[in-house]
Amino acid sequence: MITKTHQIEPRNWVAIHADYLYTYAITRINDEEQARDLVQETFLAALEKVDKFEGKSSERTWLTAILKYKIIDVYRKKSSGLVINADVQRAEQEQSDFFEPEDGHWTSEHSPITFGIDEHDPLVNKEFNSILQKCLQKLPALWLSIFTMKHMDDQTTDIICSELKVTQSNFWVIIHRTKLNLRACLQKNWI
Amino acid sequence: MGPLKKITHNCHKATFLIEKKLIGRITLREEIELKIHLFGCSICRVYQHQTKKIAEMVRQLFSDALNTEKHLDETFKKDLQDRIEDELDKN
Repeated sequence: MITKTHQIEPRNWVAIHADYLYTYAITRINDEEQARDLVQETFLAALEKVDKFEGKSSERTWLTAILKYKIIDVYRKKSSGLVINADVQRAEQEQSDFFEPEDGHWTSEHSPITFGIDEHDPLVNKEFNSILQKCLQKLPALWLSIFTMKHMDDQTTDIICSELKVTQSNFWVIIHRTKLNLRACLQKNWI
Repeated sequence: MGPLKKITHNCHKATFLIEKKLIGRITLREEIELKIHLFGCSICRVYQHQTKKIAEMVRQLFSDALNTEKHLDETFKKDLQDRIEDELDKN
């Protein structure tokens, strides 16, 4: 008989993996209740396919893969429908006067200027991080999803585009717009 | 305006190329256009410096968040455990 490399024991899941999965979810969707629900859904979905677990990866890796799928589902739902138009429009509006319409030059009002971004003082960094978090939360759901997948999970552009159903060219436009707003938000709130 | 002149004056295009270059690839032609633009535009040089820094800070923020384990409350865990046991006993 061939013994499996990895065993599966659902009765131990909560004790061993619940906090890990919760942390994984909440850092990506920033909503406690939704993160909790996702952990529960992950375990229940996993129970249904326990017999398909082949032991090729560890129990944790396997559970995380299921959760990851569910998170992308949340991203998709958040960024489709009516709300998307409103939040994207608002964000696009914010940067509508960053550049001169005729030649694309920075407008004087919105030109980047140096600000305390290079400080290495941990206290300053702490304050900066809290501004950064607020600025991230102001981004439209779709933009934040794309940005998070890229910067947290280092997902390839191809994967992000196919999972969130955006074209490559739209992807680059969104990355550009996200950074324009994020940088402007930091400058505005720091100075 | 010729295409070269266009990029040397266009900060919107230049910042787009800066972002694309940061996480993807730009063509050799775009690379040259961007170099020329940055040579003559101090505002975009500030932008380039800051946007790189922001990407680093965001990555750091995300990895710090991942490394600080959050805890589910015990009641929720207990309910979840019961639910799993129930499902297992069904079969």
